[in-house]
Amino acid sequence: MLQVANLEVVYRDVILVLRGLSLEVREGQIVALLGANGAGKTTVLRAVTGLLDIHEGEVTKGSVTYNGEEIHHKDASQIVKGGIAQVMEGRRVFAEMTVDENLRTGAISNKDSANVKEAYARVMELFPLLSTRRKDTAGYLSGGEQQMLAIGRAMMANPSLLIFDEPSLGLAPMLVAQIRDTIVEINESGTSVLLIEQNAKMALSIADYGYIMETGKVVMNGDAETLLADDDVQEFYLGLHSEGGGRKSFRDVKHYKRRKRWLS
Amino acid sequence: MIGLVVIAQAVGQAPVERFVNALGSGLALGAIYALLALGFVIIFKATQVVNFAHGGIAALGAYLVSYFATVSNIPGRWMGDISVTLQWTLSALVALGVMALIGIVIERITIRPMIGEPLFAVAMITLGLDLIIRTTTNDFMNNTTQGLGDPWGVKVIEIGVLRIAQTQVVTIVVLLVTSLVLAWFFKTRTGLALRATAFDQEVAMAQGISVGKVFAIAWAIGAGLAALGGIFSSVAPRGAGVDPFTALIAFRAFPAIIIGGLDSIKGAVIGGLLVGVAEVVAGTYLGGVAWLGIGFGGIVPWLLMMIVLLVRPYGLFGTPEIRRV
Repeated sequence: MLQVANLEVVYRDVILVLRGLSLEVREGQIVALLGANGAGKTTVLRAVTGLLDIHEGEVTKGSVTYNGEEIHHKDASQIVKGGIAQVMEGRRVFAEMTVDENLRTGAISNKDSANVKEAYARVMELFPLLSTRRKDTAGYLSGGEQQMLAIGRAMMANPSLLIFDEPSLGLAPMLVAQIRDTIVEINESGTSVLLIEQNAKMALSIADYGYIMETGKVVMNGDAETLLADDDVQEFYLGLHSEGGGRKSFRDVKHYKRRKRWLS
Repeated sequence: MIGLVVIAQAVGQAPVERFVNALGSGLALGAIYALLALGFVIIFKATQVVNFAHGGIAALGAYLVSYFATVSNIPGRWMGDISVTLQWTLSALVALGVMALIGIVIERITIRPMIGEPLFAVAMITLGLDLIIRTTTNDFMNNTTQGLGDPWGVKVIEIGVLRIAQTQVVTIVVLLVTSLVLAWFFKTRTGLALRATAFDQEVAMAQGISVGKVFAIAWAIGAGLAALGGIFSSVAPRGAGVDPFTALIAFRAFPAIIIGGLDSIKGAVIGGLLVGVAEVVAGTYLGGVAWLGIGFGGIVPWLLMMIVLLVRPYGLFGTPEIRRV
């Protein structure tokens, strides 16, 4: 469904952020994209959703195709119409608007009013809490509620692929679990999901497939279970140490990084 | 000049009468400022452009009314026998429509290519635009005063002690209607898109809102509102018609914009009315105080602006910090 092939993105003509990144999201899957700060995860999101322009970024090589159609030269509104919606990092709800108005902005690209009503009913079903706060100003909601609103807003476009950028950021563990369940629920009702996360444990626990990024490239990919079981992933992304070995020395860390780059 | 008119009106009136009349007249002037401020704020909010061409656009709008109503009788010439008021109103509406189109063209040609460039550069472009529009408009009207041919002229309505020009009542009504229409508009789908874009452009794009369309709509509305302000500042008792000085009205509305808070719709209306009332009331009561000089009312808006800025640097209703500049 979504294919990113050998993508290279440059900011301001000089800063090379993605260097030949490839990944794929198949119909009905949850795919996790993991990586540390600055690995280029958000840039992938921008390239897929047409938001590179306003950050002075540009696709210099490779392609993004969605259902067989190249989309990396389209503008954001066309891409949303094409069925890709996103939940941005940091929630970014329209703080001055009410909950209902926020949801309506999510449906602006959707001209079919019956469809919008359906989507609205579905959002209310997913987040019963929002239905009790429909007339409240979004800026006064708690962080967790705002995250729900941000997800609901994205769902209003009735997307076939929904991309989450760090949905667990800044939320309490209980809320993270709740957001995770929501993502699964959304996926089960037929929406494919690309989950961009630093919280590898959460992401891999629900994903079908995972990609690990480092400095603009995929350094590792595989089934979620395989990745979860991998020693290196455990050490670097899950904070677990291999049995008996204790903490690895700095030299091992450097060695690991070099080895990984050759592997990709 | 306005100060003098007010003094002439004020001579020989009872205190209550004098105050009520100053208030009425002030509200009417404030309504003009508010219309101009609304247009300015909508453009600023949606596109982050400080539009120095606002005065030029206002004057051009007033001139178009003069042209459509008195020179070419559009659309009245095709309408057969209609009342003068209806004929003039239709001409004014046509002029507003044309101004909205001009707003869209200005945005498309001069503002759109500048998206992402420094705000200062964009402001300079609007300043250049102002000169071009004003010079062209002045040329159209041969640098003389062109009457707008409005049906009200200098007729006055008396309500108790209040004597107020019909055009002033119309101005206040137009502001009221405009505010209501805008309040409704901002709840519609397009209005939501505008608000979303004003709040956070990137997020708006991510929702599938076409930011280009939003910019065009904001400029259309902004230019239309500027024209409304220009029209009412060119009819009695504010002026005898549109002339090369009409464009300066935008600078006089500037304190209203700043007091309201630059990015607040509510602030534009309240700031406009406040400044209008302050200007006329000060003109009425302080205009005769010799050591303040003649025309003290004219600088009261600026004094008021300085005081407000000292207490609230971002205006009465403005956002404390304008983001994403």
